[in-house]
Amino acid sequence: MRIAALVVAIVVLAAVPKFAQPYYVTLVLPALAYSIALLGFNLLFGYTGLLSFGHALFVAIGAYGAAVASSKLGIKSFELVLLLSGLAAVVVAIPVALLSVRYVRIFFGILTLAFGMLFHSFLFKFYNITGGDTGIRVLRPTLLGEAYADLDKTTFLIGPFYYYCLALLVVLGIAMWRIVRSPFGMHLRAIRENPRKAEYLGVRVRFFRLVAFLISAFYCAIGGVILAVNTGQADPELAYWTHSGELVFMTVLGGFASFLGPIVGAFAFIFLKSELMGATQYWRFWLGAILVLIVVLFPRGLVGLGQDLWNKVRRK
Amino acid sequence: MTALIETTGVSKSYGDFVALDDVTLSIAEGELVSIVGPNGAGKTTLVNVLTGLLKPTAGVVRFKGEDIAGIGPVRLAHRGMARAFQLVHIFPAMTVGETIAVAVISQTHKSFRLFAAAAKDEAVRERVREVAAIFGLDTKLERQSRLLSQGEKKLLDIASAFALSPEVILLDEPTSGVSSGDKHGIMRGVVDAAKRAGVKAIILVEHDMDLVAEYSSRIVALQGGRVLADRPPAEFFSDPEIIAAIVGKMVGKLAKGA
Repeated sequence: MRIAALVVAIVVLAAVPKFAQPYYVTLVLPALAYSIALLGFNLLFGYTGLLSFGHALFVAIGAYGAAVASSKLGIKSFELVLLLSGLAAVVVAIPVALLSVRYVRIFFGILTLAFGMLFHSFLFKFYNITGGDTGIRVLRPTLLGEAYADLDKTTFLIGPFYYYCLALLVVLGIAMWRIVRSPFGMHLRAIRENPRKAEYLGVRVRFFRLVAFLISAFYCAIGGVILAVNTGQADPELAYWTHSGELVFMTVLGGFASFLGPIVGAFAFIFLKSELMGATQYWRFWLGAILVLIVVLFPRGLVGLGQDLWNKVRRK
Repeated sequence: MTALIETTGVSKSYGDFVALDDVTLSIAEGELVSIVGPNGAGKTTLVNVLTGLLKPTAGVVRFKGEDIAGIGPVRLAHRGMARAFQLVHIFPAMTVGETIAVAVISQTHKSFRLFAAAAKDEAVRERVREVAAIFGLDTKLERQSRLLSQGEKKLLDIASAFALSPEVILLDEPTSGVSSGDKHGIMRGVVDAAKRAGVKAIILVEHDMDLVAEYSSRIVALQGGRVLADRPPAEFFSDPEIIAAIVGKMVGKLAKGA
């Protein structure tokens, strides 16, 4: 049943470029990017119980990784760009995580926030390296060695690039599904529930938190690479703390207690934001109001709301 | 008899306050040693030193001949000592089966299987069922831990410690928070389970003198951080001085009834 629903969802997503207007297809692309990033983010938040307010840092590293690789190093291969940016995020995440996972709750949140802001000011101030507030351009990559030189920018993005990203989401989604069901994932949940008890059962709590952190950084960077290729630019706003807040927003909107919640949240957020921005200049106000309502009325997010409705329908 | 655990001249002080003062004791295979004493006598400090959580200010603490001063709970668990707490420690949102599986997986060094399905590991499942059965929890493997009764939570807490296949298990008031009628049931179950599971020694911290009298092979009484007495139960409870110093200060039914 669940698998059937997922297959339908993937088929629908695959068909989107065929029937939807290009504008909406270009909205699905960032939703795919955020879906991947949030799968990682939620391994740390939903499964390990550590709420980071600085994960935009790793999304930005992915984006800047793509920018530096394509503009400065002349690397065309998208696979190589993904790999390099992901690794760069993991390398940066090691010291950040080593310091942060010593703490939990608000202290962890504040530390990650601080690292995110540090990185933002680095991007902003070191003009020579990072291009300052204009950032660095991201050149179009080759996908599996194919340049698609005959396609214009939009056709490339909503064509081959779109399918590539959808495939990435499916592959990384399956990998994450296996991680949360693995002995490792079970230990992460035990740590979330009761770290002291977990320690006495022989679980190396900090080390597990560290590994979860690194995996989440990797996923966020992959999401960042897709975002950057989509806009053709890596700029410091990606690392700004409000962007970290948006990651939290999306996850809570979809429901952090469920595996698919972050993905639902990413899609809902992107379309909601786009519609609200078109409708009113006070879109931030309405977004905030919606978040308040979700947290108060449906703490399990849209997925939880859906489950409740589904159970009601079935009972009738 | 070879000592499994021994402390030699162990002291622990916090600034001017001396919590433990020159404590020397040893626990051998086959023993169930109770640690008793009034509040503030140093029981918790001693237990924390014995489980490698605290580093003593002076003296040596050894487990199976190795120095375990301050090694911490994780390494201790892997060396064969498990601990169950006075207050129930479980994973509320995980099932009974998963809770026990956490211990089995950690003990069998399968923790870092990143892409394997935990629920499909037959060896782990078998061991989980085996441990759960010892504590009568095998019919509730799929139930969320937070939905268990208080007594069952206690049993699950202890069962997960047992799942580590420890050589020594330390029980900190295993019957606290349990109705007095269930106390003997739980103690009997735990002691039987320990024997069947191959646990070589049990350290028990307990206020209930009935339980201490019935199950201990030896009783260590602490007072003001020092060992006041270290004797088998028969001698322990027949010494009026000890009764006055220790048992009289505790809410012991035996003292009142005797």
